[in-house]
Amino acid sequence: MIRNTILSLLGLALAGTAKAEWALNMPKGVTDLSLETYHLHMMVFWWCVAIGVVVFGVMIISLIKHRKSSGVAPATFSHSTTAEVIWTAIPVVILVLMAVPTAETMVKLEDSRKPDMSIVVTGYQWKWHYKYQDSDIAFYSSLAQSSMEARRKQSGVDPFAVDNYLLEVDRPVVVPRGAKVRLLVTSNDVIHSWWVKDLAIKKDAIPGIINETWFRANETGTYRGQCAELCGKDHGYMPIVVEVVEPEAFEAWVNSHGAEQ
Amino acid sequence: MNTAAIDIPHHDDHGPAKGIGRWLFSTNHKDIGTMYLIFSLTMFFIGGLMAMVIRSELAIPGLQFVHPEFFNQMTTMHALIMVFGAIMPAFVGLANWMIPLQIGAPDMALPRMNNWSFWILPVAFGILLSTLFMPGGSPAGGWTMYPPLVLQTGDAFPFLIFSVHLMGLSSIMGAINIIVTVINMRAPDMTLLKMPMFVWTWLITAYLLIAVMPVLAGAVTMLLTDQFFDTSFFLAAGGGDPVMFQHIFWFFGHPEVYIMILPAFGVVSEIIPTFSRKKLFGHDSMVYAASCIAFLSFIVWAHHMFTVGMPLTGQLFFMFATMLIAVPTGVKIFNWVATMWRGAMTFETPMLFSLAFVFLFTIGGFSGLMLAVAPADVQYHDTYFVVAHFHYVLVPGSVFAIMAGAYYWLPKWTGHMYNETLAKVHFWASTIFVNITFFPMHFLGLAGMPRRIPDYSTQFADFNTVASIGAIGFGLSQLLFVWVLLTAKKGAKASDRVWEGAHGLEWTVPSPAPYHTFETPPKARIANEAFE
Repeated sequence: MIRNTILSLLGLALAGTAKAEWALNMPKGVTDLSLETYHLHMMVFWWCVAIGVVVFGVMIISLIKHRKSSGVAPATFSHSTTAEVIWTAIPVVILVLMAVPTAETMVKLEDSRKPDMSIVVTGYQWKWHYKYQDSDIAFYSSLAQSSMEARRKQSGVDPFAVDNYLLEVDRPVVVPRGAKVRLLVTSNDVIHSWWVKDLAIKKDAIPGIINETWFRANETGTYRGQCAELCGKDHGYMPIVVEVVEPEAFEAWVNSHGAEQ
Repeated sequence: MNTAAIDIPHHDDHGPAKGIGRWLFSTNHKDIGTMYLIFSLTMFFIGGLMAMVIRSELAIPGLQFVHPEFFNQMTTMHALIMVFGAIMPAFVGLANWMIPLQIGAPDMALPRMNNWSFWILPVAFGILLSTLFMPGGSPAGGWTMYPPLVLQTGDAFPFLIFSVHLMGLSSIMGAINIIVTVINMRAPDMTLLKMPMFVWTWLITAYLLIAVMPVLAGAVTMLLTDQFFDTSFFLAAGGGDPVMFQHIFWFFGHPEVYIMILPAFGVVSEIIPTFSRKKLFGHDSMVYAASCIAFLSFIVWAHHMFTVGMPLTGQLFFMFATMLIAVPTGVKIFNWVATMWRGAMTFETPMLFSLAFVFLFTIGGFSGLMLAVAPADVQYHDTYFVVAHFHYVLVPGSVFAIMAGAYYWLPKWTGHMYNETLAKVHFWASTIFVNITFFPMHFLGLAGMPRRIPDYSTQFADFNTVASIGAIGFGLSQLLFVWVLLTAKKGAKASDRVWEGAHGLEWTVPSPAPYHTFETPPKARIANEAFE
């Protein structure tokens, strides 16, 4: 633990040059919209940095120059309509500049028409159920056995020794690369939330309501996520794993899955 | 009739009652203010201990100390206690002490109700804390109490609802008292726009409280009837809608966050001019900005719900409205900076806390602006990024403002200067540790760590360790605060004005402020000078 602590403090100091294990920023993800979301995030971030530099800069200059110990007499002004109009108007302009691209992305995010395939995602306390529409593939997806053992209180198992501790499932969702996948998200008990950050999707699974969302992954790979809405004692133990494979491999998976049942 | 019995002699200067009766039956705004502040500090430490449990468990991956169910109880109770038990009562305590002194009133307008609104609180929190020992433990569904999860609470459930009702009752009575006092009992020539900023922000806050606390009461009552009386307000199986609870809750919840920050704006707007030796810049625009924030707080609630599946137009509306809040908030920050500009600043502890407030609250404001961007919010929502955001606005925001106010007015309350050196140590320790605690949480959230989980994947280990070290440091630093308070009467005698640059009616009365002040309204001339 001490080793970790020292590493942590070092890492903070070197935050600017951090490597992958010191993830500092939102991932760019693997869909067009996750990339757009990342760019929106960075746009607002840089606006904040710019505003911060100006505001904190003026404040710091003031803190250095306008102190009683340097013998200055306080000024007596307490009002300036011009200044106040300017610092009301400029933020409005900045906000409009932010709002326009954001609204454009939102319109795209909500457009789940004409999907290539649909999967019904149902949240349970505390696992996920997936049903591929127009096929007989349906299965539960729970926390992997390796994590199950290590997660117990004082289990004696080092989490660092477990691959993808708490982020591995017994049966992942498999989808083809390049397909528009529509998710129909609902719940069987309490509210859950289906979130995979690389797909930039988070949708609440609510009993009695079927929410719709979609993604189109551009790269193959394994993408991990977790339930994002407090759903009871094992809220932290219902991960999500999405495997994006080439369309041919997906066909093969569908066929083998059919044979399995 | 025996005339002697009703011929009560005019008592010029009767002091407080003796013994416990002074506190139990008090109708004196100063005593009640003191009780509110002590209660709030106690709750701050109880809620803080729960935070220590949370951060200890999260210090390294794996479960070491508590079970997941107890972890969830801790996060839920920590939030309820800090919001309703620590921050809100602290501001009511400051209001009780300072509003009558700042407007030249002899007491609060409704002193008996004042007593009642305080004494409900220990009962409410006694009930809430007792749930820790009940079968099934205390509430564990989050302070937001979302159904259907909250309906899985054990025996604690009706006690949770009842204690929330009591907290609301207390807040509503406190708010009525403040409005009546401010509207009716100001010094004769103190027009509304001459009121000090702390009084202004509290007046606006009081209206917010009256508007939204009944909404919360309604929401939790519907939970109660869903659980025990077979209604289905929020149960899909009976035709209800779980999302409706979230709409109602956040219609309360968003104004609630301004209830916790507007009085902080007021405190800081008192302190920065004093130590800059310069009048508050743009007093009237500060009033308009606070009013704008209060109004906007009613039309942004669904930005807490961008992932529940709202129509696109709804999301766009709530996003634009939320972004608009940046404008009046910006005006306030620019005005504070303009107040400092070309002043003659000194850096006593109240000023240090206020400066840290301006810096760090602004950082919390920046992450708030980022959260307003709906597509990005889909990524931030329910992650540690949100935890970082609201702790930045609540801890170095509200809590620092409360501490700034406590140090600022302490000499007026006790008649003695506190230990400035220790207070500065308290300030620097708090400021450094608060950043070590909460800044890494931004990174954790962006990297994908959800909030409210008792254990996490190993990739989040390092920043969690840093945050836990910071949290324990911050917790220990607050013991210094208690020490400074306990030794506050040992310092040098405080003058009436206390601070060289202080202006306002509260500085025209002796230090410590006598048990009864302004029994006749202050002279117009004195009052006028005090406003300058």
